[in-house]
Amino acid sequence: MALRRNLFAYGIAVPFAILLAFPFVWMLVTSLKPEAQVYDPTKTWRFHPTLASYGFLFHHTDYVRWIENSCFVGVIVVAITLAVAMPAGYALARLSGRAGRAMGVGIFLTYLVPPTLLFLPLSRLIAQYLHLSDRLWALVVVYPSFTIPFAIWLLMGFFKTIPQELEDAALVDGCSRIGSLVRIVFPISVPGILTVVIFTFSLVINEFVYAITFISSAANRTLPVGVPTDLIRGDLFNWPGIMGAILIPSIPLALVYNAFLNRFIAGFTGGAFR
Amino acid sequence: MATVAAARGSRSGRLRYVAERRGVLAALLISPAVLFIAALVGVPLVLAIYLSFTNATAGSITGKWVGLANFRRILHDPIFRGSLWHTAEMTLISQAVVVVCAGLIAHALVHKFRGRWLLRFLILLPWAAPISLTVIGFLWFFDPQASIWNWFLVKAHIVSPLNKPNWLGTPHDAMASIIAVQAWRTIPFAVVIFIAGISSIPQEVNDASAIDGATGLRKFWHVSLPLQLPIALVAVLFGIVFTATDMVVPYILTNGGPFNSTQMITTYAFTTGINAGNIGEGAAISLFLLPVLAIVAIGMLFFARRAEVT
Repeated sequence: MALRRNLFAYGIAVPFAILLAFPFVWMLVTSLKPEAQVYDPTKTWRFHPTLASYGFLFHHTDYVRWIENSCFVGVIVVAITLAVAMPAGYALARLSGRAGRAMGVGIFLTYLVPPTLLFLPLSRLIAQYLHLSDRLWALVVVYPSFTIPFAIWLLMGFFKTIPQELEDAALVDGCSRIGSLVRIVFPISVPGILTVVIFTFSLVINEFVYAITFISSAANRTLPVGVPTDLIRGDLFNWPGIMGAILIPSIPLALVYNAFLNRFIAGFTGGAFR
Repeated sequence: MATVAAARGSRSGRLRYVAERRGVLAALLISPAVLFIAALVGVPLVLAIYLSFTNATAGSITGKWVGLANFRRILHDPIFRGSLWHTAEMTLISQAVVVVCAGLIAHALVHKFRGRWLLRFLILLPWAAPISLTVIGFLWFFDPQASIWNWFLVKAHIVSPLNKPNWLGTPHDAMASIIAVQAWRTIPFAVVIFIAGISSIPQEVNDASAIDGATGLRKFWHVSLPLQLPIALVAVLFGIVFTATDMVVPYILTNGGPFNSTQMITTYAFTTGINAGNIGEGAAISLFLLPVLAIVAIGMLFFARRAEVT
């Protein structure tokens, strides 16, 4: 039984893993090729590996700047998101009955409203009323629109798993409701909150539509827009460098995702399936 | 001095008393989030609808009200009508592939076995990596001269080295390429949702079906599948929203070309609204994403109610 189950698992998982991960293998191979050999059909797999394109990426492009920009926006957006979503997620987790449930689902549905529907009106608001065109602050203002609903949903799932009795005990001991929130609920939710931090940050690292609409100068671009616009449209078509630029953020993100996946599943489904 | 302090004390005491009431506290905790969402999602959504009835451009501060003119124009525009069709085609085909593959992978990954950590890491990669970056990778894999897919196809003697496919250069292949990339990047996410669903099935169900002698395919068909239909529905609904409203993959791979054969609602709205500066018309185009959202929202609500009943 166990043997058959394992055979099934390997038989399905191994081919799919190869299929889904192969693009990254090929990116790694390309990134190590000398630039002159990427189009050479005789050097498809056999060549002398070099790290030259990584050097090019770090010393002759704005790559580091884009990483800094993405991190700057990411850190501020994560802070805003936690400040707004933690109280709301807690309140929705504890509000019993129809009203709380409907509100939770309602907030979640706003997460589904896509940037591709909102970018045109937002571009006018950003340019004409907020005067933030081509500034990273435009992204800081807009990104909470999708990170807050997402974070509230996850946090709601985590907070629901905390027994109400813990808070009741704190109330009996003379703690105020806000006090029990800050002293009891938030500290035991640290793993859940960390999960929200990671997935919110990765939403910011991924965002493309707003970043390409609001930011126009190379120095202010974020990572997901800088690489496709400035490494490709420039007169240098450095494929090995571009492949390196893709791998550098992808591998750490995937490692963190894998480490936090079970917690993500718990929070994501916790809001809906109990 | 003392009276002031006492007054202040009583006022803060009263405030604290008010904040202790459940309803007030809940409203206090939720209202910042509601305000944020109303300002950043509600206002732009209403503005998008308003703009679609105006001839606003990037240059003019206030567009004039033009009624249904934008909608009339785009509905007669063959490129726009094509984009509706292409969006449906891309979404439905890619998500059909995703459900089948993700269901299989999730069943394989749900039990513990040696090497699961590594396999799960490899399978998660396409979802964890920033999509706009990995799509540029695909631009290289589809390169007419150096495509790695063509290298495999030539080695396998499926295509001749003199007549290699130009993946992004011909309408049919370009659409297939976009669908493949969308499926590739959505599969890991659907796997995650499926794993969540499978692990929420209580062990008792497995035990009971084992006692009743249900095994293999019969167990899958009569026990596992019905229990997993709701979760499959959730995965499909998410997949539909993310794919239909996604601009990154078609924008970077083909930007609508060749000959608008892969033009999507999203890329056409961007081209019209940002590149050509016709914000009113672009807004009208992007509003055609709303029916997709409505269908998915109704599906989700249906699911939430069912989860409540059972």
